[in-house]
Amino acid sequence: MTKNNWLRVGIPAFIAAMLAAGPALADPTINKGDTTWMMTATVLVLCMTIPGLALFYGGLVRSKNMLSMLLQVFYTECIVLLIWVLYGYSLTFTGDSFLGASFNPFFGGFSKAFMAGIAPDTPAATFTVGAAIPEGVYVMFQMTFAAITAALILGSMAERTKFSAIVLFMPLWITFVYFPIAHMVWYWSGPDAIDAAAKALAAATDPAAKAKAQAALDAVLADGGYLYLAGAIDFAGGSVVHINSGIAGFVGCLIVGKRIGFGRDVMAPHSLTMSYIGACLLWFGWFGFNAGSNLEAAGGAVVAFLNTFIATAACAMSWMFVEWIVKGKPTVLGAISGAVAGLVAVTPASGFAGSMGSLVLGLVAGVVCFFFCTTVKNIFKYDDALDVFGVHCIGGIIGALGTGILVNPALGGTGIFDYVANKVADYDMTAQMIAQGKDVIITLLYSGIVSAILWKIVDIIVGLRPSADKEREGLDVSDHGERAYNM
Amino acid sequence: MKIVMAIIKPFKLEEVRDALTGIGVHGLTVTEVKGYGRQKGHTEIYRGAEYAVNFLPKLKIEVAVATDQVKKVIGAITGAAKTGQIGDGKIFVYSIDQAVRIRTGETDADAL
Repeated sequence: MTKNNWLRVGIPAFIAAMLAAGPALADPTINKGDTTWMMTATVLVLCMTIPGLALFYGGLVRSKNMLSMLLQVFYTECIVLLIWVLYGYSLTFTGDSFLGASFNPFFGGFSKAFMAGIAPDTPAATFTVGAAIPEGVYVMFQMTFAAITAALILGSMAERTKFSAIVLFMPLWITFVYFPIAHMVWYWSGPDAIDAAAKALAAATDPAAKAKAQAALDAVLADGGYLYLAGAIDFAGGSVVHINSGIAGFVGCLIVGKRIGFGRDVMAPHSLTMSYIGACLLWFGWFGFNAGSNLEAAGGAVVAFLNTFIATAACAMSWMFVEWIVKGKPTVLGAISGAVAGLVAVTPASGFAGSMGSLVLGLVAGVVCFFFCTTVKNIFKYDDALDVFGVHCIGGIIGALGTGILVNPALGGTGIFDYVANKVADYDMTAQMIAQGKDVIITLLYSGIVSAILWKIVDIIVGLRPSADKEREGLDVSDHGERAYNM
Repeated sequence: MKIVMAIIKPFKLEEVRDALTGIGVHGLTVTEVKGYGRQKGHTEIYRGAEYAVNFLPKLKIEVAVATDQVKKVIGAITGAAKTGQIGDGKIFVYSIDQAVRIRTGETDADAL
């Protein structure tokens, strides 16, 4: 058969097959475009962490601690990646808790540990009925989220935490804090299961079948994380990533204590040029983070993409001009810190807010985060070395609460899709803000308390701090036996 | 023999070198240094942290000359390095006991 003949026979045959399959075509299909986009988005998030965040943080420390920052970030990426494929993905994204059904809303089980059952063509749900991506790409995409969340914490502890302490802390933290929180916010049964159950209910005729179908639908709807079921929305990780890492870093910086000479010695950033490169790589990679969280290369991804431009620029300008007014000079560090704060704030809102909503969100985040990083930090004198709390925790809270407001279709938001009714649900501000508030408070409390316990455990086992002499000498030489710059 | 040592503003180095070459001084040692005098420092702000930077970058230049040339050298440096602003620097002159050119073994005046 020639190529032309094949096409002539093939296309009508394909169309006929499609028509015959019709509504009975229940299995979600994997689209090559979505798969390509998700692989791209995954490496964009990797790019946020190992060059982006590492250089952003590295530039902000003194030159004697540059390499320690780079290796701590690199270590965190690698170790989290490995734990993710061993059991992390399974604990986060399966519904069958290994401690029994009553724990299902808090963490999953081990049914997908060691990547069990994940074949090249295994589908993973997106946000559209009938559209899937390969589960492997979902595993990788979410893997990079776990890694950057853990790595963000390092900024709070910079310049005075031993490498061995970080080595022990990261596997513990990712296991006991990140996996449960990600599960609570992001685990759900997916659109296809809900849609199928809803259709089965509609198709049921006699009362017995109806009751059975209703019970099945209720079971599907109840299969989700605790905060997801509470109605909290978090598009790309305002609470899971930013509030979570921000508060973990904050309790860590209180437990490890201030750097020697804090408030007395000059601790100026050793290279704002590198921090600038790092911040710009963060912005670049964040398009994968936010727009990739749509899981499909579709309009929803474009909404998140556009919002990631708008809120970031608005927040950078907001921080820079406020700083100019309050402190007298516009600074590079201010502008790039503002950009990162804007990225943080728009993260949970990126797929839900409208363009103008994102602009306002960015402007607000710039002012509030600036206030926390300058005034509040100076009043309470905590040594959150690279402002993880002020930028990520505070920015994340603004974003999480802002998302609850900006998702409102009346404000240009997308609204929240109801897969049972197959339409955008009516917006209820009070209910949504209660759900968002719950999301914020539970993340703060759970991550704050458990992270504090883990820092204490690590302190007891290996000790968090190096000796004073080693800290003064710098972690590059004392921990790693090398120097960043030999000139 | 004397060493004329001057602390100058970094951007004045080329002008000072030209002036010294102009009066026949061929040879100059330059060191990057930090310090403060009446100019004092300035404030740098990194997010919330404000640091008083007391030590400003300067250049230290050292010229070894015969004693009778000292006045001319001071004149050349003063003329070239002066801006009239606080922070132009200072000149110090002190004696040398001995000078040796390593390549030839020449000593004192011959070595300058």
